[in-house]
Amino acid sequence: MRVGLFVTCLVDLMRPRIGFAALRLLEAAGCEVVVPTSQTCCGQPAYNAGDRRGARLLAEKLIVEFEGCDHVVAPSGSCAGMIRAHYPNLFSDDPAWCERAAALGTRTHELSDFLTTVVKLDKAPGDFIGTVTYHDVCSGLRELGVKAQPRALLAKMPGVRLVEMEGAEECCGFGGTFAVKFGDISARLAEKKCENVRTSGADAVVLGDLGCMLNIEGKLRRMGDEKTRVLHIAEILVGGAERGS
Amino acid sequence: MQIRSMHFKGRASAAAADRVLQGKLATAKGLFVDGRRRAVAEIDLEATREASQAIRNRAVAHLDLWLERFEQEATRRGGQVLWARDGAEICRLVTDIARRHGVKKAIKSKSMLSEEAGLNAALEAAGVQPVETDLGEYILQINDNEPPSHIIAPVIHKTKEEVADLFARVHQKPRKTEIGEMTREAREMLRTHFLSADMGISGGNFLVAETGSVALVTNEGNGRMVTTLPRVHVVITGVEKVVPTLEDLATLMRILPRSATGQSISNYFSVLTGVKRPEDTDGPEHLYFILVDNGRVDLLGSDFQDMLRCIRCAACMNHCPVYQTIGGHAYGWVYPGPMGSVLTPLFVGIENALDLPHAATMCNQCGVVCPVKIPLPDLMRKLREQQVERRLRPWGERAALKLWAWLARHPSLYAFAAKFGVRYLNWLAEGGDRIRVMGVAPSWTAGRDFPTPEGRTFRELYKTRRNE
Repeated sequence: MRVGLFVTCLVDLMRPRIGFAALRLLEAAGCEVVVPTSQTCCGQPAYNAGDRRGARLLAEKLIVEFEGCDHVVAPSGSCAGMIRAHYPNLFSDDPAWCERAAALGTRTHELSDFLTTVVKLDKAPGDFIGTVTYHDVCSGLRELGVKAQPRALLAKMPGVRLVEMEGAEECCGFGGTFAVKFGDISARLAEKKCENVRTSGADAVVLGDLGCMLNIEGKLRRMGDEKTRVLHIAEILVGGAERGS
Repeated sequence: MQIRSMHFKGRASAAAADRVLQGKLATAKGLFVDGRRRAVAEIDLEATREASQAIRNRAVAHLDLWLERFEQEATRRGGQVLWARDGAEICRLVTDIARRHGVKKAIKSKSMLSEEAGLNAALEAAGVQPVETDLGEYILQINDNEPPSHIIAPVIHKTKEEVADLFARVHQKPRKTEIGEMTREAREMLRTHFLSADMGISGGNFLVAETGSVALVTNEGNGRMVTTLPRVHVVITGVEKVVPTLEDLATLMRILPRSATGQSISNYFSVLTGVKRPEDTDGPEHLYFILVDNGRVDLLGSDFQDMLRCIRCAACMNHCPVYQTIGGHAYGWVYPGPMGSVLTPLFVGIENALDLPHAATMCNQCGVVCPVKIPLPDLMRKLREQQVERRLRPWGERAALKLWAWLARHPSLYAFAAKFGVRYLNWLAEGGDRIRVMGVAPSWTAGRDFPTPEGRTFRELYKTRRNE
């Protein structure tokens, strides 16, 4: 099975280890992983800023890069959601492109969803020991139905105990450029999320989107919490060996 | 109502820092969000949402036909149907009716259209005393005509103590703090108005085409007094509120109170049809329907037609993380929350509410709770697109987006820029794991740290690995 790994721009810039963790997991699941080197961004920032034309050009680029793969996997709910739920709409006036977009969309998955429902990963190499709580990222949850999948994967890790926090499905306040345009509202939402994370008593909050990770980690540290770890689902599944590579 | 939506940013910032306000909003969230969750569990939610969406689509798709039918049926039962293009016309029609019937005092139950039109001020100018009888609206009126901050719970931003102070001051009575006593006092004050008013003004949750009726969903009972005691009843509602049949109304009533207040059914649900007949013991002698456009008709056939399905339940704002943090006043006009972020620019002009379509994280919680499945985030995004097309975005934002989108289409330049950007951020972090002040995005670091990038980009590392 030829799987295209869409690394996503934020993983590329901020947390390459998450990209490598995803790569390792997919390989462990027996996939032939290809990482097109010309990939950049799915176009979501342009799309949500109202720049439909800019978003469309990037969508075309991504479709061409990944069309040859059986599946596309992204370690991000919002990027996978962009391709799956929004690309067809970008080409609503162009049937040929619209069909290509829709065809790729149905083969595009958020990482934990792919590992659970497509390749049915039976064990995770991760060695994390402790209590974790899972934050449902908005796009993954409401655009792709990612809810049970990451929890099922965490349940395969013997050292991990999952506790649900209050308001796990509530937005952390990131929202792309919202976090900068309305920094104070965004930071206040992040604070509520971090309070819920801390009240859960978990050693780590686990999630599947970089933007939300940066927002939550940034707020936890500003609140003086140096202890609670913020981990991507791929990192915790792969374990210590891959971290920091 | 005066439009203050251009001041969203400043007012939202102030509200975001207001912990007292957020405490009140948290109470409301508990009431409405948890209440809705319990109430919708009693029905087949998705099937009812589908059916409600279909009913509203059917009504909107042939709006002209249903409105004509409504007019025929309402007229046949002694009502008179009038049409208002905008708020000014609403005011003119209502004051004309008041003059014709020698009205000195008008009692009102809740009507957002009357807020759109600024009707109370127009009535006062015409020598008619308007009295709000919905408890929340009454509190706002006696507090120097303060605007509402929520469409069904207009004083959600006030504490009981604030209301106690206000009552003591305005009613000139000993201060009471027990809610039962406070509402009794308000009821006593309102009673004399109910009995002495010549005209009742109400909104309308729905109009039923096949019977020419107006349906009212209320909880306090004031709606019944307003619509049956005075000799003149004026209904003011948007043209989109029509539904074809009573059967349709029954379906929508399964989802409206549940979505709005978490009630299986509201305390009062009235379907009012026609004027008082000789055999009736009560009811108005004169019944007027003022059906209002005020921007609605332009939405027909546009990218925003979905918005005309809205049944004004407020579930979108109740579930919105931004509304829960800043409340309703910051939105600057009649409708707050996600519905307001779409309706306000459409009704008052896209250039008069530039921030509103951006004041959302696009989390889509509003979309998943909407009882008639309005894709609110998609509509906000379309408004953003219109702002871009009309060059209404700030120059800096446009330039930054253009540059970024151009780079993203040129992978080798992008890789170089990414490499440089990551090194710059690392330099800012001074060897630490976080950046405390970031010049390129000061609004991020004002309220939180920015984690430091690992050091090299994925593409750099991947290249090295492949060459090993």
